[in-house]
Amino acid sequence: MTRVHDMGGRFGDGAVVPEPEHEVFHEDWHKRTLAVVLACGALGKWNLDTSRHARERLKPTDYARFFYYEKWMGGLATLLVETGVVTRDELAGNAEPAPSDLAEKAWKPTEIAKVLSKGGPVDRPSNVAPMFAPGDTVIARPHAENMKVSGGHTRLPAYAAGARGTILRLHGSHILPDAHAHGLGEAPEPLYAVVFPASELWAHPEHPRDEVVLDMWQSYLKPTS
Amino acid sequence: MPHDHSHDDPHALLPSDPALRVKALETLLTKKGLIDPAALDEIIDTYENKIGPRNGARVVAKTWIDPEFRKALLEDATSVVADLGYYGRQGEHMVAVENTDAVHNMVVCTLCSCYPWPLLGIPPGWYKSDAYRARAVREPRKVLADFGVTLPEDTAVRVWDSTAEMRYLVIPQRPAGTEDMDEEALMNLVSRDSMIGTALAGTP
Repeated sequence: MTRVHDMGGRFGDGAVVPEPEHEVFHEDWHKRTLAVVLACGALGKWNLDTSRHARERLKPTDYARFFYYEKWMGGLATLLVETGVVTRDELAGNAEPAPSDLAEKAWKPTEIAKVLSKGGPVDRPSNVAPMFAPGDTVIARPHAENMKVSGGHTRLPAYAAGARGTILRLHGSHILPDAHAHGLGEAPEPLYAVVFPASELWAHPEHPRDEVVLDMWQSYLKPTS
Repeated sequence: MPHDHSHDDPHALLPSDPALRVKALETLLTKKGLIDPAALDEIIDTYENKIGPRNGARVVAKTWIDPEFRKALLEDATSVVADLGYYGRQGEHMVAVENTDAVHNMVVCTLCSCYPWPLLGIPPGWYKSDAYRARAVREPRKVLADFGVTLPEDTAVRVWDSTAEMRYLVIPQRPAGTEDMDEEALMNLVSRDSMIGTALAGTP
């Protein structure tokens, strides 16, 4: 079983409402949340995959009712407490905030341009050899679940689980989120763009030639033969 | 170790009003020395005023003018856009995909909100909405209709679900009647939405 964030293909969400290009943030607290969450990443106590998993672990009722940036705050609060960076009493305002020994890692105003333009590439050398080449037919594994950790993080959406597709390109070897989100190392392996006919994914595709492409790690895939 | 909470979630310890909630977080983290409010201002200024879809529009305009640039971009977008100074967080691994008469490309992240920040900035609200995330992969043509876009019947739609750290930029088709326009003028025809694939390039 998958989690609440895995909503690709779901029915019933209504219209998509376009927005003008100049509206970057709608509320002051949205931009503040974005900045707080990015800045806390600098403390080095979690990675991108742990932080995604923290948002995905929000209760389905919270995830559904939260505005986008509230999910970010929810995930951040979880990570801060789980990593011991703040205590529950500090968070609740029941204790005087204690100075942190991580303070030296805090971003300074003068280094923001540098750190944001630096990025964090996730391609890595890997001893896992590519099993597939462009044009090969593959089947996505049947369960959209983390295969090592029950209820753990994965980037295989439910709508593609068990579907038959074709390798479009090899992106190189990338950190495996299913491991990296759970302290199991980077475990890099080949990552592919895999193209699926819409008719393979949906009972009522809009058009016979429509396709969906997903990026999938090698361990998400099986050969068809 | 699924890490589910049997007790109250930490966010529930904070004020219920989201504006007060982030204020409480910022105050606490500032007192602990973990964040600097002036650094937060810099982050906001970067994404509000410095990094946005005009970066991507410049890349698209160049592909319309320069076939060699276009070829290089389609082969290795990451290094080509980095040479223009467009690199950084959420744009470490770029792929450019071109629209043709036969195929229209559209980008989504069904699992969260992955988006090429160095080229397009912070994703718009609709890109992060449940409706877009849920519907783009199953009924892209109905989603396009929400944007007022109707494709020719013989054009296929290829939707890219950003499930890894690869970030996708759509190269819209160059509109007719733009042969004499320079890069700056062409950039004005390239909307943010046209580089996500929910719009076509504008007409002069």
